[in-house]
Amino acid sequence: MDILYLLIPLSLVLVFLIGAVFWWALHSGQFEDLEGPAHQILMDEDEFPRKP
Amino acid sequence: MTGATPASGVRPTVNSAAGCFHCGLPLDATAFPVVLDGARRDTCCRGCQAVVQTIVDNGLAAYYRNRTAPAPVARDRDPVLAELDLYDLPEIQRNFVRDINAASHEKEALLLIDGATCAACIWLIEQRLARLPGVLSATLNYATRRARVRWDNRKTALSSILFAVASLGYAAQPYDSNRAEARFQRERRVLLWRLFIAGFSMMQVMMYAIPVYIADGAMTPHIEQLMRVASLILTLPVVLWSAAPFYAGALRDLQARRAGMDVPVSMGIVIAFAASLWAAWIGSGQVYFDSISMFVFLLLGARFLETSAYAKAIEAQEQLVRMVPATAERLVEYPGNVGERVAAVVLCPGNFVRVRPGAAIPADGVVVDGESAVDEGLLTGESRPVNKRVGDALTGGAVNLDGILTMRVIRVGEDTVLSGITRLMDRAQTTKPRIAQVADRVAQGFVATLLLLTAVAFSVWWQIDSTRALWVAVSMLVVTCPCALSLATPAALAAATGAAHRAGVLITRGTALETLARATHFVFDKTGTLTTGRMTLVGVRLLGNTTRERCLACAAALESSSEHPAGRALAAAVPGVYPVSASVRNVAGQGVEGLIGGRLMRIGRPEFVAELNHQPLPGGLDDEASGAVVTIAFGDEQGWLALFMLDDTLRHDARDVVQTLSGDGAVVIMLSGDHHARAVRTARELGIEVASGGASPKGKLAQVREFQRQGAIVAMVGDGINDVPVLAQAQVSITLRSGTDLAQSTADIVLMADQLGALVVARRYAKRTLRIIHQNLVWAVLYNAVALPLAMVGLITPVVAAAGMSASSLIVVLNALRLTRSER
Repeated sequence: MDILYLLIPLSLVLVFLIGAVFWWALHSGQFEDLEGPAHQILMDEDEFPRKP
Repeated sequence: MTGATPASGVRPTVNSAAGCFHCGLPLDATAFPVVLDGARRDTCCRGCQAVVQTIVDNGLAAYYRNRTAPAPVARDRDPVLAELDLYDLPEIQRNFVRDINAASHEKEALLLIDGATCAACIWLIEQRLARLPGVLSATLNYATRRARVRWDNRKTALSSILFAVASLGYAAQPYDSNRAEARFQRERRVLLWRLFIAGFSMMQVMMYAIPVYIADGAMTPHIEQLMRVASLILTLPVVLWSAAPFYAGALRDLQARRAGMDVPVSMGIVIAFAASLWAAWIGSGQVYFDSISMFVFLLLGARFLETSAYAKAIEAQEQLVRMVPATAERLVEYPGNVGERVAAVVLCPGNFVRVRPGAAIPADGVVVDGESAVDEGLLTGESRPVNKRVGDALTGGAVNLDGILTMRVIRVGEDTVLSGITRLMDRAQTTKPRIAQVADRVAQGFVATLLLLTAVAFSVWWQIDSTRALWVAVSMLVVTCPCALSLATPAALAAATGAAHRAGVLITRGTALETLARATHFVFDKTGTLTTGRMTLVGVRLLGNTTRERCLACAAALESSSEHPAGRALAAAVPGVYPVSASVRNVAGQGVEGLIGGRLMRIGRPEFVAELNHQPLPGGLDDEASGAVVTIAFGDEQGWLALFMLDDTLRHDARDVVQTLSGDGAVVIMLSGDHHARAVRTARELGIEVASGGASPKGKLAQVREFQRQGAIVAMVGDGINDVPVLAQAQVSITLRSGTDLAQSTADIVLMADQLGALVVARRYAKRTLRIIHQNLVWAVLYNAVALPLAMVGLITPVVAAAGMSASSLIVVLNALRLTRSER
């Protein structure tokens, strides 16, 4: 059971790390547009005008 | 709205063989071909042809393979394109262009994109903009249809960016980012962050709490204490940060000497936390950290659902049509012909302004030169264009239809009629009867009773067993935590708002659904609400020997270049090829004259035609003819040829809606600004019992007030700015998407599908919502009625208290979520 003395503080550290990642995601606009990216991956961006 | 996007590369094709390749409209005899991937494709008009050509030339043809909905029809946009240059004027840019970096001339603007229907449109616009030289970045939000564009002002101008979007067949309009939407976006972020902290902490604290419950004392005190401290650390951000809105709400309630739901919520959080903190400090007793974070999470979750549902509502407000144009053509001196483009805001009374056909009138004023028909429909509700001559008053926001007008500005800004209507609307809104929500009424008494009972229980237990007193009090606050009560209404409303939106009904106020379900009177406006607001040909009376087909073809030929709505309707009524008309002359406010097959013909007002043939109109204008909204006469030098009757067509589902509502026991009333006889005739057609025409905005307001005085709950369905004060006065207001956006911004409910039938759907949703709210409240009351006495006598252990509270909240939320299931 002694391992808990390590694991519980470790889990706390993890929680704060994940919280920080979410904070970054939220403030970099990852949650602004929840629909668009799902459609965008289906589009090819590498098409250029065909030479006649 | 996006349709299916199958996982395989095969997508449903949008183009049918018969329709226009671009917009899908049926093709006429004359098609406008383009070559794409080596195949010939036909489009319906020059506008669509140009758009397809632009898309293909820019290597963006993938759009056509990927799109899931046809594009909007591309009208001839020349007048629009000419206006785009004006957006480069600094005084106009001031409102919506941000300087990102002055040194590198980097600027940013938000553009509102109109006409984007599917993901492929978004891609198309993004690609086109990204390839413009000078554009640094262009991202388009799929949900809000807003593009954020950054560009280098030395290399390109805003007008070129707008032009690029317009050349793809979409309309782009810059818009002010400092408004409600940006503020809302910030608030949403903060709320999401609070919600995340509460949810994440809830899960983790649960991980620490469950072993303690299961072990039930078998754990060493040290480990148990470690768990407590870990839970405490994780709950701290929830209590200090996530729950902050509840404290603010409670503080507001206390200052206003009310007992709102936030008061016991805050008390529960603070007392449970303080007690748990004490237990953690002395290292014995029950901790409630898991309950606290779960409680906060559930409440914030409901709040988040609510705000997300309102996001769409704010979008509708932001799309407020700019009735008053951004720019005006001011004459440098009058009399004189030299005009200069200025921002409309700099106009002063006394300035002379030239208004070209198709343009909106920038301020209130009086005509000093010219003659034209003016569409004041948005201001007066009158569907007929009004003829304006020298000396007539012009109202800002009205649209000049066919002649060039020169006007002297009399009133600007706050003094205009348009601003006056806005103020009237504000006043009506402040006197709007507020229907208190069921939950609030219940909660008021509940909260006071709860606090009282807790105090009593605490003092009684203090006498019996002082060690248990605090825990009983906390148990009471936790187990009866008004969670279920305060969630009951918002959760159901939020779920219903979301579900209704998917069904094409936009709810912009939380109380709207409740009121709609209870509405006893439905008041409809006529033009644009029960009718489509568009003219169509309803009758032709032949007055000469010429055949009906020949008359229509000649009339359409004369009117084919007309900008007048009646003329356009006439031209649209005739399919096929017109005879050639030569030397066509447009006489403002009168009609059109032209040569067809060598014969001089006139079409327009009867007097105008009579000047050509010097004969009285046979039979005059009888009932049928004068009953139509517009009667157009047609004749040549020999005599009369025909009379064309045009009318505003009824919406196809108007009759069904009226019948459903009256079958439902509601009183259906029509108040129209239109001519009385016409209004009554329309009402009879639809089966509406009570109808009155010729009603001014003030008259409508008075009638609605009268109904309300008699105890009616009035639902007003309308559009047009003249309806706005009435919309605000009614307990619940409904507009159609096609209505003026100003009306939308104050309406409680907007029917996005632009079909009146959605009103019936909305009412059905409203009734279901009300039923579920009632169920939720009954459950909450029952639960509390059982749990509170149990907690009072000390029978509920803290674990059970927390579990009961959470289960109760979940039941309420899940019941509310039933609303999100579609009806069929």
